[in-house]
Amino acid sequence: MSDQATQPATPSRLAKAWDSDFMYNFRHSPVAMVSFFVVALLVLGAIFAPLIAPYDPFDPASLDLMNGYTAPMAPNDFTGDVFWLGTDDQGRDVFSTILYGMRISLFVGFAAVAFAMVLGITLGLIAGYVGGWTETIIMRAADVQLTFPAILVAMLIFGVAKGITPIEHQDTMAIWVLIIAIGLSDWVQFARVVRGATLVEKDKEYVQAARMIGRGKGIIMLRHILPNVLSPVLVIATISLALAIIAEATLSFLGVGAPPTQPSLGTLIRIGQDFLFSGEWWIILFPSITLLALALSVNLLGDWLRDALNPRLQK
Amino acid sequence: MTLLTIEDLSVHFPTRHKVFVAVNDADLTVEPGEIHGLVGESGAGKSTIGAAVMGLLERPGHIAGGTVSFKGEKISGRDAEGMRSLRGAKISMIFQDPLTSLNPLLTVGQQLVETIQFHLKLTDKDSRQRAIELLDRVGIPHPDDRIDMYPHQFSGGMRQRVVIALALCSEPDVIIADEPTTALDVSIQAQILDLIKELARERQTGVILITHDMGVIADTTDKVTVMYQGEVVESGTTDQVMGDPQHEYTKSLIAAVPRPTLKVHRFPQLSYGGRQIEFHIDDLARNWHKPEPSKSGTLLKVDKLSKTFLTKGHIIPSRRKFFTAVNEVSFDIKDGEVFGIVGESGSGKSTVARMIATLYETNGGKITFDETDVTALHSHKDLEGYRRQIQMIFQDPYSSLNPRMRVDEIIAEPVKHHKLLEGAAIQHRVDELLERVGLGSDAGRKYPHEFSGGQRQRISIARALATQPRFLICDEPTSALDVSIQAQILNILKDLQEHLGLTMLFISHDLPVVRQMCDRVGVMRQGQMVEVADTEELFANPQTDYTRELLSLMPKLEGLSTEGLKDEIV
Amino acid sequence: MLTFVIRRVFQSALVLLIVGLVAFSMFRFVGDPIDNMLGQERTDADIARLRTELGLDQPFPVQYMKFLSGAAEGNFGVSYRQGRPVGDILLERAPATLELAAVSGFLAISIGIGLGVFTAIRKDGFLANFIMSASLIGVSLPTFLIGILLIYLFAVVLGWLPSFGRGDVVHFGWWSTGLLTSSGLKALILPSITLGLYQMTLIMRLVRSEMLEVLRQDYIRFARARGLKEKSVNFHHALKNTLVPVITVTGLQLGSIIAFAIITETVFQWPGVGLLFINAIQFVDIPVMAAYLMLISVMFVGINLIVDLLYFAIDPRLRTEQKGAK
Repeated sequence: MSDQATQPATPSRLAKAWDSDFMYNFRHSPVAMVSFFVVALLVLGAIFAPLIAPYDPFDPASLDLMNGYTAPMAPNDFTGDVFWLGTDDQGRDVFSTILYGMRISLFVGFAAVAFAMVLGITLGLIAGYVGGWTETIIMRAADVQLTFPAILVAMLIFGVAKGITPIEHQDTMAIWVLIIAIGLSDWVQFARVVRGATLVEKDKEYVQAARMIGRGKGIIMLRHILPNVLSPVLVIATISLALAIIAEATLSFLGVGAPPTQPSLGTLIRIGQDFLFSGEWWIILFPSITLLALALSVNLLGDWLRDALNPRLQK
Repeated sequence: MTLLTIEDLSVHFPTRHKVFVAVNDADLTVEPGEIHGLVGESGAGKSTIGAAVMGLLERPGHIAGGTVSFKGEKISGRDAEGMRSLRGAKISMIFQDPLTSLNPLLTVGQQLVETIQFHLKLTDKDSRQRAIELLDRVGIPHPDDRIDMYPHQFSGGMRQRVVIALALCSEPDVIIADEPTTALDVSIQAQILDLIKELARERQTGVILITHDMGVIADTTDKVTVMYQGEVVESGTTDQVMGDPQHEYTKSLIAAVPRPTLKVHRFPQLSYGGRQIEFHIDDLARNWHKPEPSKSGTLLKVDKLSKTFLTKGHIIPSRRKFFTAVNEVSFDIKDGEVFGIVGESGSGKSTVARMIATLYETNGGKITFDETDVTALHSHKDLEGYRRQIQMIFQDPYSSLNPRMRVDEIIAEPVKHHKLLEGAAIQHRVDELLERVGLGSDAGRKYPHEFSGGQRQRISIARALATQPRFLICDEPTSALDVSIQAQILNILKDLQEHLGLTMLFISHDLPVVRQMCDRVGVMRQGQMVEVADTEELFANPQTDYTRELLSLMPKLEGLSTEGLKDEIV
Repeated sequence: MLTFVIRRVFQSALVLLIVGLVAFSMFRFVGDPIDNMLGQERTDADIARLRTELGLDQPFPVQYMKFLSGAAEGNFGVSYRQGRPVGDILLERAPATLELAAVSGFLAISIGIGLGVFTAIRKDGFLANFIMSASLIGVSLPTFLIGILLIYLFAVVLGWLPSFGRGDVVHFGWWSTGLLTSSGLKALILPSITLGLYQMTLIMRLVRSEMLEVLRQDYIRFARARGLKEKSVNFHHALKNTLVPVITVTGLQLGSIIAFAIITETVFQWPGVGLLFINAIQFVDIPVMAAYLMLISVMFVGINLIVDLLYFAIDPRLRTEQKGAK
């Protein structure tokens, strides 16, 4: 992209941005601000988990089986230790496992969306701008894949990958397989939106002006069209992030995602489900609430973004 | 009895920063059988008045003051249900775009019958009979067959007739027509306006005709109200307002209208509202690198140029369908000349321009530019030399500049691409161009959305001049602009020819504009060149029936005041 | 019309062939079938014999053709895990999934379209805003959490409904139905709500946004300007136009229901093909995975074909394009 366009032109640019309709909209939407706050809090919590978490749930030395099944805020019968959100069967602090679990969930979510975005934008731009057979092949492939729900595609990829990876590598590979599986199942959204926007933009006169100068296809796509198709991409990316987090949780819950050695929120819920009927409700409740808060606030942000970036609604 | 009375009407749109006053204290009356024109440039508030009368203002717009009365009864301020009983029944509306005004999933018959039954409470059979009569009345051939067709099976002009038929279903007393012919070709436009005139006389219907087009006002209306930025500046009979305008704004507006019968040297600069713009194309000439004139005196020669588009793809080549947009068109353009191509939409005039601009490949024929056969050049590299010498100004100033690029980047792009200048010299050239087209070099640090349509078109011109081209293609450069802005842009283009010696291809559908701008003109119809002649010769003595027809459809504008033009008439 | 149908059928067949290729490649290249079938004690002779028996020594396209013709007859090989023909296992389990999917799909479409229209027409109403906010929670709540929540509430706390299984079923030939017994119906309630809720919110939000878009169009303004009743404008003019794009997406959603059934079936231990599939993935039971993929793609392609035809019926612009009146 342009090196100059992204640089602030005048010192007042920041002030200008703050005063823009977009920021005004944000400052006057309590829902947007609260969701942004929640997302920021959770993301920071995940990033700084090693500093914040009172215990390291992956360090066997810090675990005490005697601490198992401790209820939230109540001292353990044997050791007298108090845990904010209680402990699980192995005496791991639920608060700490949630922080570490969020790391996995968010990492997979962000990485999968980034992967899907790069793939989708590239293919969408090419399909929309180049047209012809290239477009037909890309969009047919997208159609076929769209016929199959993302979660199923992800499962199939996961299953196949499991079939070809040696058993000893399966746990370490699982996270990367998850990212690729979810990313591959989600690129179609981006490709379709970018292609649609590209088709609109490429007929606009500024693109013809660039073509007339003699600019090559690559420069036109990257410098002229790409910056103008990014706002719908931003909306899709936000909604995709929520979907990816949910997809990861679902796969992990079904036992085809993050392994118990690297538990994500979904894995934690899967583990906690076993204790639901025996009364240790906190083992499942707190990871579930975290997951819901994360997905909901990302979705709310996406919903708000869509309205805020829609030029027709802005007037 | 006066049908519609608007008194002191004000319409407000509250926005984030302030309350936008779309209409301020406007007055207007409509008598039976009268066509009342409401004219003004964009942002004048004329459409807002129409929507306010119908109770169809888009939120958050609302009537902030004044009254609208129908036959002496106040109708503004009624609730939704009260407005609905008037809408369609007593007051109907016709929208601008016939393509989007009809429901695509219902036949025209279904839409007509539903409306007729609702208002007149007729039986199914009688409603259908009445629908057929209405279609017949608005001039749709074979109405008993056409009634069962869907909107997409009608042409644009026919659809607008259907829209009018729908507006007539309930035999309304007043029709509000909001730019009813703007989306249509000039020949269709004349027919639709004639139909509206006939209907108004025949049924004693009052019509408010909202338009930006002085030609439509002069030829169609009985009375006219002129608006400027939400205010009524002048009102009276059409003859009086057009022939002897009193208000300064009306005077300046009328002076800016290109006349089909007079050729002016320059359009008078508008002095009303807004700052007068200064541009100095003559100063550009000092640093302008003038190329050697072409050896033969003919800069561009187009020989039997053709273009076909694939309309239906198929694996088997013989099953594919093609549309011939341009069919063996030939003409040539001399050094320093402005050559015009006129034609209606679909005539292929823009396709010709795009082939010359290398935006479309040709399917036969030859383009020769200063003795070089351009159609023989294929690689990017071979075309560079040609592309540097030609530039283009596009139709839509809102889409011809990349919204995500800064103005100075936009203007510098062709210079950088062709590596004409380096370093600070590039910025220097950009600044100079922005100064000369009257925007000032500060404009370079802004983005396109910070400029108005006319300013953007000047940025476009600056970009086109950046490579110091020899040949400029103007594709309907003013058709998206208000008439006063059009006058500015046309003046700049005239200066480019005069001071820089640029050769131009000027594409337009607007005959009066072509007469002001061009030395020679070609008339195109359905992909073919019908006639090529010197401009004055073509207007005085057309050789083909089609040209004669086009000329006869031109608004005459004879009643328009020529005050303010006197010094400029050629 | 006929050419349109033929072209669509042709395209569908092509999609099936491609999916078949993917399924077959999985079958053929993921994990060695010989390994899976022979176990540890084997000789080279055994391997060679089995290789010929299974046709693994033949060229790839020939093997693919054999796989396809086998699949067409319902012969998908033998499950590595259960040692039974995959076709039999699928046939036994399909009715459970189809019944669940049909009930959920019906719930999702009827309630989704109804609420979507309601929230679009009452755009700024209190109830409409409430439903819209609630729907976002619906979209953010993973299906398995909804299931767990419902189980906890209605099975564990209240004890009204069963928490797993299908209840009593009645057999008609190979088809088994839970719709005719009270325990079967009871068992169906929670899973079908779980499965339908997410699709319902999606359909509702889609219908709402499409309808709002349509209500902004000129022909709706023109219909209002003619004085037509709100009811007629909303339901006669707007709804039909809204449904054109909604149909496509709804078709896709119906397809998703069958796939999302995997999750619901796992949570409720519902004995359908989804549960079978998830177990197959965990144990890398490739023949079952491949067969499931083929089965589900036949359903998807079928649904899409029906959707295309519906589209054709509702939009006159498609019907007359054939006459060249573009």
